[in-house]
Amino acid sequence: MLTFTIRRLLLSIPTLLFIALVIFLLLELAPGDPMGQMPLTIPDEVKQKMREALGLGEPWYTRFSLWLYQFFIVEPQYWIDGIFGTNFADGAQRIISFQSRSPVFDTIAERIPQTLWVVGMSYIVGVLIALPIGIISAYKQYSVFDQCGTFVTMIGFSIPPFFTGPLLIFIFSVQLGWLPSIYDTTLVVDDWESFKQQFKQMIMPVMVLALQTTAQIARYMRASMLDNLGQDYVRTARAKGMKESVVVMKHVLRNSMIPVVTVIALGIPAIFGGAIITEQVFKVNGIGQLLIIAIQGSDIPMVMTITFLFAVLIVLFNLIADVLYGVLDPRIRYD
Amino acid sequence: MKVKTALLGAIASTALAPMVLADAHEGERGRDGEVKIIYWQAPSILNPFLSGGTKDVESASMIIEPLARYNSSGELTPWLVDEVPTVANGGVSEDLMSITWKITPGILWSDGTPFTSADVKFTADYCMNPDMGCAQLTKFEGVSSVEALDDLTVKVTFDKPTPFPYGPFVGGESPIIQAAQFADCTGAKAPECTDQNFGPIGTGPFVVTEFRTNDVIQMVANENYRDPNKPAFASVTFKGGGDATAAGRAVMETGEFDYAWNLQLAPDVIAQMQEGGLGTPIAGFGPLVERIMLNQTNPDPSLSADDRSVVGPHPFLGEEAVYKAMSMAIDRPLLVEVGYGQAGKVTCNWIPAPAAVNSDTFTCDVQDIAGANAMLDAAGFVDTNGDGVREANGVEMKMLYQTSTNAVRQDFQALIKQWMSEIGIEVELRNIDASVFFGGDPGSPDTFQKFYADMEMYANTFNGTDPQAYLANGLCDKAPSPATQWQGENISRFCSEEYDALHAQLTGTANADERASLARQMNDIMVSEGGMIPLVHRGRLSAHANSLGGIELNVWDSELWNVADWYRTGDNR
Amino acid sequence: MTDQATVDRIENSVSRSQWWDVWDQFKSHKGAMAGLFFLVSITLFVVIGPWLWQVDPTKLDIRSKDIRPIYTALWNGDAKVSWSHPLGTDNLGRDIMANLMQGGRISLAVGWTAMILAVFLGTTVGVLAGYFRRLDGILMRFTDLMLALPLLPLLLVMMLLFRDSLRAALGPEQGIFVLVVVGIGITSWMQTARIVRGDILAIKEREFVLAARSIGTPSGKMITRHLLPNVLSPIMVSATLGLATAIITESALSFLGLGFPPDFATWGKILNDSVPRMVNFPERVILPGMMISLTVLSVNYIGDGLRDALDPRLRGR
Repeated sequence: MLTFTIRRLLLSIPTLLFIALVIFLLLELAPGDPMGQMPLTIPDEVKQKMREALGLGEPWYTRFSLWLYQFFIVEPQYWIDGIFGTNFADGAQRIISFQSRSPVFDTIAERIPQTLWVVGMSYIVGVLIALPIGIISAYKQYSVFDQCGTFVTMIGFSIPPFFTGPLLIFIFSVQLGWLPSIYDTTLVVDDWESFKQQFKQMIMPVMVLALQTTAQIARYMRASMLDNLGQDYVRTARAKGMKESVVVMKHVLRNSMIPVVTVIALGIPAIFGGAIITEQVFKVNGIGQLLIIAIQGSDIPMVMTITFLFAVLIVLFNLIADVLYGVLDPRIRYD
Repeated sequence: MKVKTALLGAIASTALAPMVLADAHEGERGRDGEVKIIYWQAPSILNPFLSGGTKDVESASMIIEPLARYNSSGELTPWLVDEVPTVANGGVSEDLMSITWKITPGILWSDGTPFTSADVKFTADYCMNPDMGCAQLTKFEGVSSVEALDDLTVKVTFDKPTPFPYGPFVGGESPIIQAAQFADCTGAKAPECTDQNFGPIGTGPFVVTEFRTNDVIQMVANENYRDPNKPAFASVTFKGGGDATAAGRAVMETGEFDYAWNLQLAPDVIAQMQEGGLGTPIAGFGPLVERIMLNQTNPDPSLSADDRSVVGPHPFLGEEAVYKAMSMAIDRPLLVEVGYGQAGKVTCNWIPAPAAVNSDTFTCDVQDIAGANAMLDAAGFVDTNGDGVREANGVEMKMLYQTSTNAVRQDFQALIKQWMSEIGIEVELRNIDASVFFGGDPGSPDTFQKFYADMEMYANTFNGTDPQAYLANGLCDKAPSPATQWQGENISRFCSEEYDALHAQLTGTANADERASLARQMNDIMVSEGGMIPLVHRGRLSAHANSLGGIELNVWDSELWNVADWYRTGDNR
Repeated sequence: MTDQATVDRIENSVSRSQWWDVWDQFKSHKGAMAGLFFLVSITLFVVIGPWLWQVDPTKLDIRSKDIRPIYTALWNGDAKVSWSHPLGTDNLGRDIMANLMQGGRISLAVGWTAMILAVFLGTTVGVLAGYFRRLDGILMRFTDLMLALPLLPLLLVMMLLFRDSLRAALGPEQGIFVLVVVGIGITSWMQTARIVRGDILAIKEREFVLAARSIGTPSGKMITRHLLPNVLSPIMVSATLGLATAIITESALSFLGLGFPPDFATWGKILNDSVPRMVNFPERVILPGMMISLTVLSVNYIGDGLRDALDPRLRGR
């Protein structure tokens, strides 16, 4: 398994470079213009000059190589300089956003806390609720619990967040006035009072997002458990007089985790990608909101960098999932 | 004696009454705590020379200021100077070649250093640097030199007589930045100066303490602001992002914010928010007009890329009966009611404001379907094959009607499609994401400049009160084509010799009345010869909390132009 | 020879009665039958409905705008209701019932086709990658690539490249239908592929597969006979969730100009357009929302029933 992991890690370097190339070409091809959001009162000649100042006059391969150089050489240098106080970077040009003209990594670093707090928390909450629901639903198939669970999760999944978000805001912010409708990204949590405030402003976005996660994972968990509960080895284990809890929680659960691990491994990179609609609705201003603004403004360096970081996480977590398959079911071999 | 005291008393009471009211918002700087502003488009940078976006210009206008600006009624007002230079007061030379600004003595930057003519000159050099890609370059068009005559005097010289010399240093798009701060940020290095671009030192009422791009700005009152009693607020939180609905809700329904910018929402949605009772919408009218541009060239998809929407004429849109009938079939009062409410007015003109240039030639506030049908019948454009659609010049009158994605615009599309079908014209609708539609990507078929459609709807306006540059959008040589990478402002490819001649005349005219009269004539040519169908004169609709006072909605300049005068009234809080 | 013929005949009769068994089992599943009933009702509502309720869904009648559904009169005597618009009208006076029917046709067509496309793609890629070790690397790296691509630019590029040619070849409506379905389909198969592959990796090491392989079962038969039936339940879940996602995604596409023209209602779009007015006109969000949820719930229960019915271990229990 170790050789497999190392081989896959090495293989992921050319994969990621290829992915970077495809993303870059896709963004090149996509219709869009960094000047698209400038007011119409700015004449076209001026816009053309601004485009040239952004470096858009260069051919695509020059800009792609520059981005690669900046991403893999310059940015790590700045990162090391930041930690050790060295001066490797020596004022080299960092990756600069078209919209804000500031280093994209600074902006990403500014956004990560909100995204991790809200989207990450909702994912944890979602998974923690989903697993027991899935397990109990499968074990007590067609019980009242199962029926309710199915009903609520499916309704939750089929109602999109662009509706649940404003609905929650209407109930809890407008009518009851309990929760803020606009997330305060500048809030610093340093005492009980500010923690309470942070908690309050997180409730609604976390609820909306967790609903989607819960629905998805609970369904897969339940289906997979049901498959395994009917297997011969379960009957054998029970016949041997094993305790029911051991049979279910150890053998069945372990064998049912493969699809769930897959879904979670796909979900964790998505946390970093943020939740575009929910972040917009609650003004969380995390990575998702940053990405959508960058896409709308054709801010190629920003979109490219975020998407590439996202790709790295996807490749990494799919590798982790593959390794976990081997742990969960030692019969699975890759070599 | 008694009479005298009584009189005095009467005078005192009448004089005191407004003073008592006034007292509520007079006092020391920072007395009213925090004000919270929400823009649903988030500012990405505080340097308007690097980004022309309205959100960026307006947020920066709280910090950096121009020498003069437009007030809420569109009049030029001195800001960092004592008076606006004119030919009459000698500030503008007789030959219209130069303008001399005299800075008010004693103005300080927020870091305590004096504001001088060197800063003004630096600002001009900064923007006119060819390597910089300055977004406000048009403000400096025709400027040949800017000289600092002494510490408080700046002379701007133009390369030709300029009847309207109020481009440089006037209005929120052309503020003054500090020479000392930006000295190392000129030319190609301008974008690298993140600290400066995110926190410019200014003369305005507020100073940036934290700037998070595309998210939030935090500001505190400027200790060195020229009026010791202003601003009334000690700090500002300026939140950006989300959508107009959420911004309106946060001011009018939940009261979390005090001011929400540009609420482009249907009137019934605004009305429902207003029932929340915490805020009030306010509207102001600039020259913004929602219009349908009519393609003068042929957008037939079977034409080659070099000919499509380049060569004319359009199979039937150039026919007077056709575009007149289309205009008659539109119920403009209904469009206003459905789409804009108090933020819209019926207009038949391309340039409905300022009032002096608003032509009164046309009337169009009554829908006349029967008249439109009669006009088309009389012109011989009838339905010969019985499919319910008229034919003109041998082709079916079928059109593609595109616009950007926006709830109100889609409602307009649906309504206009229906009215067109009532006069025997079939319309296919298409909506395109605004970032693509208004983006100038020559590779995309869906930009408003490429105009691969028969009609398209959007709104346009101009800054300030002088329409000369805006009227240039109708000149023949401004038409986008493959030769210009589809750049150009003459979207409908309108071309009229008479129009071009009038514009040439306008550029050489200094008299304000004559200029207005020329502008009206050009407006009339554009509308009567079918370059566009004006629909709605749109206002800017913003909302403020009931407890916020001193607001004067300004559509000619930054909406936050008088933020120094804002105060808390004490109502509803 | 005779032996072979008998075996064939037995197999035939077995397989025929097997499907009857499945149906019998399915019928005994109450949830599945209720799901089937609702799904058929909704489908009939949108397919037959427009013939019975002949109101043009795009017809604007501004004088009768903002009519409330007829049932509002039960608790609010002043409400503006009219029998000519039993479910009310929208802010431009379009009949909501006609729009729900017309919109449902598009939503269901798009939802089903895109979901089937995505599930088919995902299952194929997943099975191939899981079963053939040599294809695993390349297929899974391709899946990683597809997962990493930003959705919005991808869809915009698709529109740029194919809209006009599809429109010319198939006409405006069919052309856009194909574009929307393909757009949703090719951007949502990856999760199914990863899940199916994971399960296949585990199942192909099980004893019964080893046994089948040892008697020389060819790969094709191996996959259809032994592997696919055992990954059916995660596929069912993917399909159910995919249907909901496809219906919602369609409404997002129309915002980009990639979807149907703005005067084409779909459930997702009616829901989306009505959110700003949901306080005064809750029916405009509740009705389409209910349609989507009911459809998805029905499919979910049918999926449950099918899964139970197809599992020989459960059948007859």
